Amino acid sequence: MNPDKQTFTLDGKTIPFCNGQTIIQAAMDAGEYIPHLCFNPEFKPHGSCKLCTVKADGRTTASCTQFAQDGMVVESNTKEINDERRVLLQMLFVEGNHFCPSCEKSGNCQLQATAYELNMMSPHFDQFFPDRPLDASHPEYFLDLNRCILCSLCVRASRDVDGKNVFALSGRGIKSHVIVNAQSGQLGDTDFAGDDKAAQVCPVGVILKKRVGFSVPIGKRSFDEQPISATPHPVVKEA
Amino acid sequence: MNVPEMTEPEINVKPKLRVATTSLAGCFGCHMSFLDIDERLFDLLELVEFDRSPLTDIKHCGPCDIGIIEGGVCNAENVHVLREFRANCKILIAIGACAINGGLPAQRNHLPLSIVLEEVYHAQHGLVDGFIPNDPELPLPLDKVHPIHEVVQVDYFIPGCPPSGDAIWKVLTDLLAGREPELGHGLIHYD
Ligand code: SF4
Ligand code: SF4
Ligand code: FES
Repeated sequence: MNPDKQTFTLDGKTIPFCNGQTIIQAAMDAGEYIPHLCFNPEFKPHGSCKLCTVKADGRTTASCTQFAQDGMVVESNTKEINDERRVLLQMLFVEGNHFCPSCEKSGNCQLQATAYELNMMSPHFDQFFPDRPLDASHPEYFLDLNRCILCSLCVRASRDVDGKNVFALSGRGIKSHVIVNAQSGQLGDTDFAGDDKAAQVCPVGVILKKRVGFSVPIGKRSFDEQPISATPHPVVKEA
Repeated sequence: MNVPEMTEPEINVKPKLRVATTSLAGCFGCHMSFLDIDERLFDLLELVEFDRSPLTDIKHCGPCDIGIIEGGVCNAENVHVLREFRANCKILIAIGACAINGGLPAQRNHLPLSIVLEEVYHAQHGLVDGFIPNDPELPLPLDKVHPIHEVVQVDYFIPGCPPSGDAIWKVLTDLLAGREPELGHGLIHYD
């Protein structure tokens, strides 16, 4: 077997890959889009949101944790899988408080853009309307946990890149939530700083820089210009 | 046998579809956006006629083909109107963020209703001898604001705050042409 010639097919297209690459990594390198939220090519996969679910040789699997294999047949953009992805999105929307019109991340938000991509016309389920806190204690950043989708990217960035462990996921099931590493529970009492990687990775509107909100006009924001499927490595403008 | 000559009566006048619209717990922004279809309103009026709507001032919804609802439900009257629309309209469309997920009015949902009423009628600066209105004519507020699909079956959704005139036009023209409505990039918006 020639290791340079390894390929699999994604919806019929031939995708080359190197040993140790996951399906989504190889797909992204080839410029192909597989919907995802908790995956970010710069970090170890977490495999929690299941948006990246594909069928690999007929078996349902998360493409961000499944290694590519030579000759694999992968289906992603099918009605069946997209219908399931849409249901996952609808559950994420009703579980939090996503009032996009007043969210500074709107137009640059991966959750919203993925929902547009998958034609999510309504949240379908009953809203939870949970009561979640807003933490404005830090001088430069605030945390609006109403919008957290528990992707753990802030946790991974702070731990693996910043070496700070500012964020962690706490609780189980529906009680899972992000906590910060301070006795007071307030971001302002941690060593979180604006140039931390953790300040840049939130795919939704939780970790937001103060005093820059809505600086990009509607029509000019990342996903106004092109759909998320056209930006496989989302270059997200600051909200 | 003499076959009498048959003359086909000319039937080319299609009956117009009847459309009703209303705003529940909304700001009328979606209706304003509907008017943003501008001169296409004339084309629309070739195909539809309006039943209950702020455009006609008809007070109750009769049998209709399409009902368009702006706003969620925040009080008892909203629930009655919504049910009247559902009972009378073959197709019910939720238009805008408030109808679809509660929107701005639902931002009160994490507060007890009593605190909201206290704040608005009692506590706020400048209110002297304020009291919480309790006239029986006034519809009772619900403890929480709900999207309309939590109360009745909704057939189609046009998201946006408000959706653009173009998005509304696209859905209406798709429906009138018998197509499944589809918005696509640029027209689908939650803000
Ligand atoms: S985080 Fe995204 S989906 Fe949630 S309210 Fe903000 S823009 Fe909307
Ligand atoms: S705060 Fe943002 S980055 Fe952190 S877990 Fe929540 S959604 Fe993910
Ligand atoms: S992107 Fe793969 S599980 Fe979230």
